[in-house]
Amino acid sequence: MARLSTFRFPFRFGRAAVLLLAGAYFLVPLACAVAFSIGAGVPGRSVSFDAYTGVIGADGFTDSLTLTLKLAAATIALVLGLLVPALVTVRLAAPGLRTLVEIVCLLPLVVPAVALVAGISAVLRWGPDHFAGTPIFHVLVALQDPNFPVVLVLAYTLMALPLAYRMLDTGLAAIDLRVLVEAARACRASWPRTLWQVVLPNLRGALLNTAFLTLALVLGEYTVAAILGYRPFAVWILAISGSQAQMSVAVSVMGLLFTWVLLLVIATAGRTRRPKETS
Amino acid sequence: MTLQIVEPETSDRTRTGATVEFRGLRRSFGATTALDGLDLTVEPGELVALLGPSGCGKTTALRTLAGFERPDAGTVLVDGEDITAVPAHRRDAGMVFQSYSLFPHLTALDNVAFGLRMSGIGKAERRARAAELLDLVGLPQHAGRYPHQLSGGQQQRIALARALALRPRVLLLDEPLSALDAKVRLTLREEIRRLQKQLGITTFFVTHDQEEALSMADRVAVMRAGKLEQCAPPAELYARPSTAFVAEFVGVMSRIPARPGPDDGTVQVLGRTLPVDGRLPDADGTADVDAVDVLVRPEAVEVAADEEGTSRIVGASFLGATTRLAVRLADGAEVTADVPTHAMATLPVGAAVTLTLPDRPVLVDAR
Repeated sequence: MARLSTFRFPFRFGRAAVLLLAGAYFLVPLACAVAFSIGAGVPGRSVSFDAYTGVIGADGFTDSLTLTLKLAAATIALVLGLLVPALVTVRLAAPGLRTLVEIVCLLPLVVPAVALVAGISAVLRWGPDHFAGTPIFHVLVALQDPNFPVVLVLAYTLMALPLAYRMLDTGLAAIDLRVLVEAARACRASWPRTLWQVVLPNLRGALLNTAFLTLALVLGEYTVAAILGYRPFAVWILAISGSQAQMSVAVSVMGLLFTWVLLLVIATAGRTRRPKETS
Repeated sequence: MTLQIVEPETSDRTRTGATVEFRGLRRSFGATTALDGLDLTVEPGELVALLGPSGCGKTTALRTLAGFERPDAGTVLVDGEDITAVPAHRRDAGMVFQSYSLFPHLTALDNVAFGLRMSGIGKAERRARAAELLDLVGLPQHAGRYPHQLSGGQQQRIALARALALRPRVLLLDEPLSALDAKVRLTLREEIRRLQKQLGITTFFVTHDQEEALSMADRVAVMRAGKLEQCAPPAELYARPSTAFVAEFVGVMSRIPARPGPDDGTVQVLGRTLPVDGRLPDADGTADVDAVDVLVRPEAVEVAADEEGTSRIVGASFLGATTRLAVRLADGAEVTADVPTHAMATLPVGAAVTLTLPDRPVLVDAR
């Protein structure tokens, strides 16, 4: 027993040390950011929450956040609208295409955002000249509408594909898709109703996680939007950091908290509401 | 676990079963032929078991009837109407699957009511009818439970209730008992049979368990390599198998070496000349007609202790009321014979015996 105790002590100590180090690595920068945003530790200045209270009224905040949330909603809809039917179809009707779909979906992982936006910029520059006077010209103009730049939705959809594919593929693997679909069909459910009332409810966790990751990606994406000249939330945060550094950090902290809360909500909602097993 | 007495209104409302016909069904998956010209007609209200080894096409035939497989050739007719091109959700066929197929996000009641919801039936009516069906399968107290809170047997009962809720013309059971333990399987198969008889639904039951097929079905359709070998009532299938494959697949068969007899249509076996049931296996000219086997059920082989006998008992397995003997013939071949256990006092292992066969036509197969 004595020997066992001596073995346990360093193990417990080591575990606590690792936890402490990891916690410090994560929390110290966050604490410093919060301290900076409220002016703590700055000589000659008192602690103030002005950076937080002033965010709502800050110039450009509402517009950039609204634009980002609209872009996020459209991206989530497009990602799910493309991937769910495609993955269900591949699993049910064309399992041989699974590898191809996986490669296509994971391809954006190896394409840096800068390379992606360089390609998009080239097309947007070349397109209008080439297609002037044709309907495609109007499409290209509409894609770049500053009020709602669809081009960003397309870029974000591409960027979200790898994560979304992994999430949805794992979700589909966790259910007996073929049997559920056939059972629904035998119960007189048409294809759309089968998808809507049987497949999607059983993919709730995967759908929510995909939506969350896509939202997080759109909230934090800077490169593509900045290079294409749009001003969603991430670009706005960097833009105000020069003139209002404290507010810029305050917004980032709030964004982080918002993401945590959202993650918590999704985790709770994704958990199936079932009573404990009784048999 | 007792079956609830079926509500009269349920029986009244249920339509009688339909006639189902498979005509020349063919279906291939790459190089594998699952159905090779399947022809089968099932009468209204009949329960037909599709029996056969793995890969014989029984599940493919069922899935073709359900609308989940499109045949390469041939037609499926229900009450004379060609439904080959009708999509699965418009076929009016209830189905119970081998794996638990309840929708995990719905309670037992909602699962049973799902098909009614898809048919546009109002909430009050569908809940009442779902409750009635749960009653019918003996699980009214589990209405609010989710599938993961139910045992395998309970899940299959709910699945059966869900399939019956729509009062289908045809009920399709795809090995619904194979995932259950032996005791539950026995109870549930009796319940399925009783429900099927009460509701009068034409039912297809796919199984690889011959005991299940023989005990439940009105007729058993034995399939092999995508074709129908024989479709007959269980007793006929057992007593008068039409082919050697059916004979050996259904029940136990004893193979006894024999030679063609002096007259056409006879065979010499165990020192006797017996008529052949069917014909000798030389029709295509490829079989060695001098070396054939007679196929008989072990219980049809009579074993008598005989000190002069040239056969010898080399093994005995106790089966309860009967004992199965392994008897070695003079030429070294081994024959299986069942004798009443009480007769074993005179038939110890190692005893010399004489085997005789009853005087009736025997099935003959190439050796």
